[in-house]
Amino acid sequence: MTPIQRRLAITMRAWFAACLALLLPFAAAAQQGGLEIDIVGGNAQALPIAVVPMPYQGSGTPPDTDIARVVRDDLSRSGQFRGLPEQDMIERPTRGGEVNYATWRTLRQDFLVVGRVVDAGGGAYRVEYELFDVAKQERLLGIAMTGRANAMRDVAHQMADAIYEKILGVRGAFWTRIAYVTSTGTGENINYALMVADSDGHNPQVVVRSTEPLMSPDWSPDGRRLAYVSFEHNNNSAIYIQDLGTGARERVASFRGINSSPSFSPDGSRLALTLSRSGSPEIYVMDLGSKALTQLTSQIGIDTEPVWAADGRSVYFTSDRGGRPQVYQVPATGGSATRVTFQGTYNASPTVSFDGNRIAVAQGSGNVYRIALLDRSLGTPRWSTLSPGSLDESPSFAPNASMVLYAGREGTRGVLYAVSADGRVRQRLVLADGNVREPAWGPYRAR
Amino acid sequence: MNTPTRVLLMALLCTAAVACSKKVKEEAPPATPTTPTTTQPATGTGMYGPEDLDTDACLRQRTVYFDFDQDALRPEFQAAMACHAKYLRDRPSARITLEGHADERGSRDYNLGLGERRGNAVSSALQANGGSAGQQTVTSYGEERPTCTASSEDCWAQNRRVEITYTAR
Repeated sequence: MTPIQRRLAITMRAWFAACLALLLPFAAAAQQGGLEIDIVGGNAQALPIAVVPMPYQGSGTPPDTDIARVVRDDLSRSGQFRGLPEQDMIERPTRGGEVNYATWRTLRQDFLVVGRVVDAGGGAYRVEYELFDVAKQERLLGIAMTGRANAMRDVAHQMADAIYEKILGVRGAFWTRIAYVTSTGTGENINYALMVADSDGHNPQVVVRSTEPLMSPDWSPDGRRLAYVSFEHNNNSAIYIQDLGTGARERVASFRGINSSPSFSPDGSRLALTLSRSGSPEIYVMDLGSKALTQLTSQIGIDTEPVWAADGRSVYFTSDRGGRPQVYQVPATGGSATRVTFQGTYNASPTVSFDGNRIAVAQGSGNVYRIALLDRSLGTPRWSTLSPGSLDESPSFAPNASMVLYAGREGTRGVLYAVSADGRVRQRLVLADGNVREPAWGPYRAR
Repeated sequence: MNTPTRVLLMALLCTAAVACSKKVKEEAPPATPTTPTTTQPATGTGMYGPEDLDTDACLRQRTVYFDFDQDALRPEFQAAMACHAKYLRDRPSARITLEGHADERGSRDYNLGLGERRGNAVSSALQANGGSAGQQTVTSYGEERPTCTASSEDCWAQNRRVEITYTAR
């Protein structure tokens, strides 16, 4: 973001806060431009935090990564923090001894992060950083992390995770990966790719390329494998599981009809999936050891998009058994399904928060599809809208449920957005050209 | 070119011209003339031969279009169903794939189901006209293979389709 864009964003944010009640429905549409970070509403409760640039103090080549900026962008994107713009930092301390608390109190900052990069030997860098509570004049964290130049973004994301968790008491999910599908070209000449990238869209890697459609990536709970749908076998959908480390893959379902919507169980031992081998799409659970199938639904309509409840005992899915697509829930061993969504004529593609309290869906009304959130933690179900539309789809919760990733449009191009779970902050992820869709947020990574 | 064929061609051209001249929303794209005859085998036996797939106007109609969120066959495609079914009857070794597609709106996985429903609807219509189920394979690409990429009613109407492909003549 250029300084001018940033100033614009700040000005508009203040303006929105003042006119919030009147303008919220229009604010989102008005903000859709080239800005990297869209502030779609008042952000009064976000915690002000200053992440001061962390200079290289070694004797070799400095790392390419602006570590402080990665940390600041992560925290701001969550909606929980408001990062102080770099040009407003009138002091640039790099260690605790240089911190002048009065300066940061004047700048109305609740928290302060300072640090520096030094040589760790063998071409590696050592990032030393500290987190301070400005009001209490207290050091909350003092951590050093080591990594090579190409791991500096990983280091920065882990720093953001540690800061997020220290202040909010919730594990951060910045050092995670996302999977998504891209397509380029039209007609007979479409090329598809299954990609994996960092949670902020950086460092994209190709997992599979194909001239046939690729769909529905889903992460194994350990983050080592992806299940997905490919049409390369007999020009029909088939489900594959691929090891991201070795590239080895297995075709686990290629029955007659549709083979789609794979979803790993929380313990990774089973896969929920959609098969239409019986005549219409039904939900099944496959034991990944024996490949034995258990059929969960049996209806004339379309049952699809299974996704596991956090406890692994039930499965949410989309069904049009009532006429239009709605979200239902069925025990993972089979049995009768109960309807979950009642507001709106079209609710599909459920994603469930880790605690099971919240379900995000693609909610349709006429030609407009938005991401909507159903919160069931307070007894009465409560709906909120997370995205402006008009062709938003495929929501996917972050592992800590602080954000939802989804696919939207920018003109005729598919792009990904990350929105804070309170709907306050929305960011378009910076990705390569081509149509991008079907994001799947991966699990926490092991340190 | 014999006289009946010439008359038929003229009729087709007229129909096509009329179809092009009126702009109706939610209507199928212009490439779907309402064929006046059901079957017009070129050979003297009254049976279709493989070459008819390239020459017969009815058999050359290989795309069936659908209304939004619908899998019901529109009446104008009955003629095409009849001639393709007859071809399947006349040529038991022939095999077709019915490839179902949906427009971009809504869930991709749900649209996979919708595409299959449309493929099944065409398959049922062919079977109702005497085509054997064993000659047909239904597959669905959902919204993954659009022929038109704009987000407009016109484009969506072109993408809601079933493509009939002869894998064996």
